[in-house]
Amino acid sequence: MEPVLLKRIDIPGMAEIETAVANGAYANLGKGLGMKPADLLEMVKASGLRGRGGAGFPTGAKWGFAAADPKTPRYLVCNADESEPGTFKDRPILERDPHLLLEAMILSGHAIGAEYGFIYIRGEYADAYRILARAVDQAYAKGFLGKDIQGSGTRFECVVHRGAGAYICGEETALLESIEGRRGQPRNKPPFPASVGLFGKPTVINNVETLANVPFIVEKGAAWFKSIGTEKSAGPKLFCVSGRVNRPGVYELPMGTPLRALIKDVCGGVPGAKRIKAVVPGGVSAAFLGPEDLDVTLDFESVAAAGSMFGSGGVIVLDEDDCIVSATLNIMRFFKHESCGKCTPCREGTYWLYNVLHRIEEGGGRAEDLALLLDIADNISGKSCCPLADGAISCVVSSVKKFRTEYERHISEGGCPFAAREAGAAKA
Amino acid sequence: MSEIVFSETAKREIEKILSRYPTKGAALLPVLHLAQEEFGVLTEGVRAQVARVLDLPPAHVEGVVSFYTLFKTKPTGRHVIWLCQTLSCDLAGTRSLLGHLERRYSLKPGGTTADGRFTLTMAECLGGCGTGPAMMVNWDYHDRLTPERVDEVLKKYD
Repeated sequence: MEPVLLKRIDIPGMAEIETAVANGAYANLGKGLGMKPADLLEMVKASGLRGRGGAGFPTGAKWGFAAADPKTPRYLVCNADESEPGTFKDRPILERDPHLLLEAMILSGHAIGAEYGFIYIRGEYADAYRILARAVDQAYAKGFLGKDIQGSGTRFECVVHRGAGAYICGEETALLESIEGRRGQPRNKPPFPASVGLFGKPTVINNVETLANVPFIVEKGAAWFKSIGTEKSAGPKLFCVSGRVNRPGVYELPMGTPLRALIKDVCGGVPGAKRIKAVVPGGVSAAFLGPEDLDVTLDFESVAAAGSMFGSGGVIVLDEDDCIVSATLNIMRFFKHESCGKCTPCREGTYWLYNVLHRIEEGGGRAEDLALLLDIADNISGKSCCPLADGAISCVVSSVKKFRTEYERHISEGGCPFAAREAGAAKA
Repeated sequence: MSEIVFSETAKREIEKILSRYPTKGAALLPVLHLAQEEFGVLTEGVRAQVARVLDLPPAHVEGVVSFYTLFKTKPTGRHVIWLCQTLSCDLAGTRSLLGHLERRYSLKPGGTTADGRFTLTMAECLGGCGTGPAMMVNWDYHDRLTPERVDEVLKKYD
């Protein structure tokens, strides 16, 4: 597949507006802003574009809800809070082709009738923040942002809002709370942001990568977009691969790429030709896949059918010498730290899951601990107001199910059977 | 306690920030970032001053500051190392770096070197998973770290 989203990523100086324009940035504004908003919205609906942040919600449908709400002003918010462990796909766009994102936001704002846009970027991406804020200033100076974009009569204002370190702010309503200057704790839904969102107004929240597709859909049409990928998961996708592969990195491939091909052909396989033990297919909120699942294709439907979640495209590979309990413990420490504390099952549950996993890994595991882990997970599942909690238990439920004997060995042997590798790593 | 006053440049920047949002409250995160740059640490006095400038209840500002990990309320060493410990970086060798930092710099998570040069904070996923292990020193990213490379990087921070 010819690169789409990353096609300009290696051109030096793309963060500068002159270079960006010379290489095609903002080239689709004329066409897009010349379209009626309803036609543009229809085009995105027809393309089959689905959210790239993890949930895979149809973008056109999301836009339609907000566009149909009579309250004004409407807001378009770009979620650049890339924080799902294993996910680093938006960073290249933010740092190396920021004007693509701005063009995408202007077009998307036009489609939904939003004149105000916010880009919420995680606090740690300080470089990307500076680059993006500068790109916004340049776009204003050149008339790509402001009250009358290039004489089109369309208005779009854009603000880059920097977070301050909180994974939960990637959850869309927590993100809105954070823009409004509060603790990033998710709101109860309904009402959904499409009708009561930022500052109480109709709001569309889309991931960076989702939006970045829009200029190309405008340029090449819905049918072109639909011709890439699978029937229900259309378009190009950024996959970011880390862990035990020879060539980790961000790769743009069609939706529906087989997991095995991604690891073996694209990423050069596992170092030392070791066997794959487990794969996190879409960020650590997604359940582990085992060696028996490697023939899955990477699209929303197939990964769900395999018992996990397509998620963000963050693929983490573990090999035969990695300890699944240690990996699960690592993921649970993350969620324990990042639980915002609003809902008791999540706040307390992640704490207890961490404690039990910790004692198993450290050699103090008890025979009843596996049942206890699943019982705690069951008491978290579906009992909090945002998806963090259900994401947090995926690693536990899937690893206990697929790698039960490994847990049992920790308990019966009074410690981690893989401790030698870990001790080696700590000493190296 | 002497009164905490924003510089004239910072005051102008606050005006600019306020013009971007329909409510004063929404300026809180950007103003806290600015205050942290200006004063180094968001002490009780700084937090109170931010509350006054934005007409917010001090308790609200306290709640927000304590929620986000990047806001500093206690003094640190001159440079803060944020070492990523999340799964991809851990697989790539975070623990070997931890061992090295302790042996070479007597630096443990949460601790500060005796000369006040570095504070070590463990970070959750920095988005540098493909080139891990990764760390941030102040706001600069450094990746593909090995103990040798850590030494090289840290030399640049006096």
